[in-house]
Amino acid sequence: MTATSSEPLGREKRHSRFSLPNGGYRAILIVGGAIFAALVIWFLYSIVNQSRPAFSTLGFSWIIQKTWNPNLHKFGLLPFILGTVETTAIAMVLAVPIGLGSALALAYLVPQRAKVLLGTAVELLAAVPSVVYGLWGVIALAPLFREYVEPFSSSAFGWTGLFNGANSGVGLMLAGTILFVMVLPTMVAISRDVLAVVPKEQVEGAMALGATQWQVLRKVVLPEARAGLLGAFILATGRALGETVAVALVIGNSDYIAHSLKSPSATLASLIINNFGEASGTELAALFGAGLVLLVIGLTVNSIARALVRRAGGSGSVASVAVA
Amino acid sequence: MTEQLSRPAAPTSPMPPTIEDNVNLTTGEVFLDRSTGHPVMQLKDVGVAFGGRSAVRNVSFDVFDREITALIGPSGSGKTTLLRALNRMHDTVRSAKVTGKIMLGDTDVYSGSTDPTLLRSRVGMVFQRPNPFPTMSIYENAVAGLRFNGVRKKALLDEAAESALVAAALWDSVSDRLKSHASTLSGGEQQRLCIARALAVEPEVLLMDEPTSALDPIATKRIEELIGELKNRVTIIIVTHNMQQAMRVADRCAFLLMGEDRTGELIEFGSASKLFSEPDDPRTLDYVNGRFG
Ligand SMILES: Nc1ncnc2c1ncn2[C@@H]1O[C@H](COP(=O)(O)OP(=O)(O)OP(=O)(O)O)[C@@H](O)[C@H]1O
Ligand SMILES: [Mg+2]
Repeated sequence: MTATSSEPLGREKRHSRFSLPNGGYRAILIVGGAIFAALVIWFLYSIVNQSRPAFSTLGFSWIIQKTWNPNLHKFGLLPFILGTVETTAIAMVLAVPIGLGSALALAYLVPQRAKVLLGTAVELLAAVPSVVYGLWGVIALAPLFREYVEPFSSSAFGWTGLFNGANSGVGLMLAGTILFVMVLPTMVAISRDVLAVVPKEQVEGAMALGATQWQVLRKVVLPEARAGLLGAFILATGRALGETVAVALVIGNSDYIAHSLKSPSATLASLIINNFGEASGTELAALFGAGLVLLVIGLTVNSIARALVRRAGGSGSVASVAVA
Repeated sequence: MTEQLSRPAAPTSPMPPTIEDNVNLTTGEVFLDRSTGHPVMQLKDVGVAFGGRSAVRNVSFDVFDREITALIGPSGSGKTTLLRALNRMHDTVRSAKVTGKIMLGDTDVYSGSTDPTLLRSRVGMVFQRPNPFPTMSIYENAVAGLRFNGVRKKALLDEAAESALVAAALWDSVSDRLKSHASTLSGGEQQRLCIARALAVEPEVLLMDEPTSALDPIATKRIEELIGELKNRVTIIIVTHNMQQAMRVADRCAFLLMGEDRTGELIEFGSASKLFSEPDDPRTLDYVNGRFG
């Protein structure tokens, strides 16, 4: 990782003939760490530098303005910030309970043979490129949403006011759903691994006190896996926040704030990919600014989750492993 | 879930009380108030197999009230396997099959109508390695079993925690830091916390699988003393590799040994003094004198 890890490794005595002298180790780690740090700094500097014209011509408030219209020289990011947060929220609201449930089932309920089969399937799904999920969303899910899911949601939950407007298929709901399908395998695969490393002694210790299977999961397994599960959550949220192609294919790409879950919308990432080709000047700077905002949202989610783990008294180490 | 009872066993009649069961022969103290003189647990032709391969078989003996029964035998003779059959810990192992009959009082341990979680609150277990719950405080560890069993009243929990920690000789060193994590305790203290945790549920029988094997000699000595004190409170079945330990703490002893086919069998069961001085079986004599295993 970074240069800090060089100390303990450097002191370790190795006798393998492939081992480098201590100085060699140190040099490799320091050079590697320095290259990594330089890349990060260069990357951040570029984004900030490229977006600077937007801040200098538009001030800071443009970020939360409502109107995106390059012809009128308006580059408000609010619709896209909302679209990003909303689609990710939909995805995670679905992914957390379903992902956790599947992971618990995979780790504790399913017989060994099915476990291997399902586990392989999950890992396979996690490796599918996102554009494929996007295409699947357009071809298979959009018609289904237009014909069934959206009309049903409107009639069943119309009273919430969240399902007004026409049934178009594409929109917030479909984008959130696609993101859910995309992050689910990640959620399941990491959660399952995290749950599986909860020591058997702890599980048996609880059983031996007369705990039911549910109590064992609830009071022993989940608390112990908490840090790692938050790692899974952070990773999945990060993927949902930043997903670009799949979302651009199914969200309907509207520059206006969505007034219903069926409305077309856009996210920061889909905004960038849809406009980058023809953008120049302030618009290009604003797109870099959108990237910067996305980065800040990602970092915020990450640090909130970490703070939660720390406050809950988890070790945090598992989370860092899962996130790394 | 484990299948069991391949053959219906004959109904068991309780053994008549004998003088020996009710009187401490050294002090002359009479135990009539607590000891019924009846066996608390009865094993009848118990066997355990994993995926068709028998690990231990033909084990029959009675466990008497407020006595310490030691299971001894070489590595692989099925001591742990047998012990775990007594509180149905094998239920989680799909390949495990328990045969024969195990009675806890009037309860058939493996009967379909026996709730394993209820059974395990009557038959507690202390493991080889101390395994306190690392995410819980010392206090929460002590009352974890009660909470599993549905006790919610704080006053009750507080009282039970103190009483269990006192009984496990841990109260004095932890009473001022009950909210600290269990992982802040030493290995010996952690094991005593695990004993306290098991005692808080007030089990009738406490199963201990080499409870001192992960501890240093001093911590071992303290646990042994503790086991001696707990005798007044609970019936104990302890697995040990340590002959001195068995001699020091046990009232009765069961010696397991694997036969030609590597399946553990009960070679001899009897009072500890007899088993260690003049056992019936020459193999027992060899083992207790350290000649094999
Ligand atoms: N879950 C399991 N699956 C398959 N075989 C098992 C399982 N548990 C135990 N065995 C087998 O049962 C036999 C007895 O093992 P057990 O652990 O009961 O021995 P032990 O007397 O406790 O030994 P030790 O003194 O080393 O602890 C061994 O041959 C072991 O391989
Ligand atoms: Mg053992």
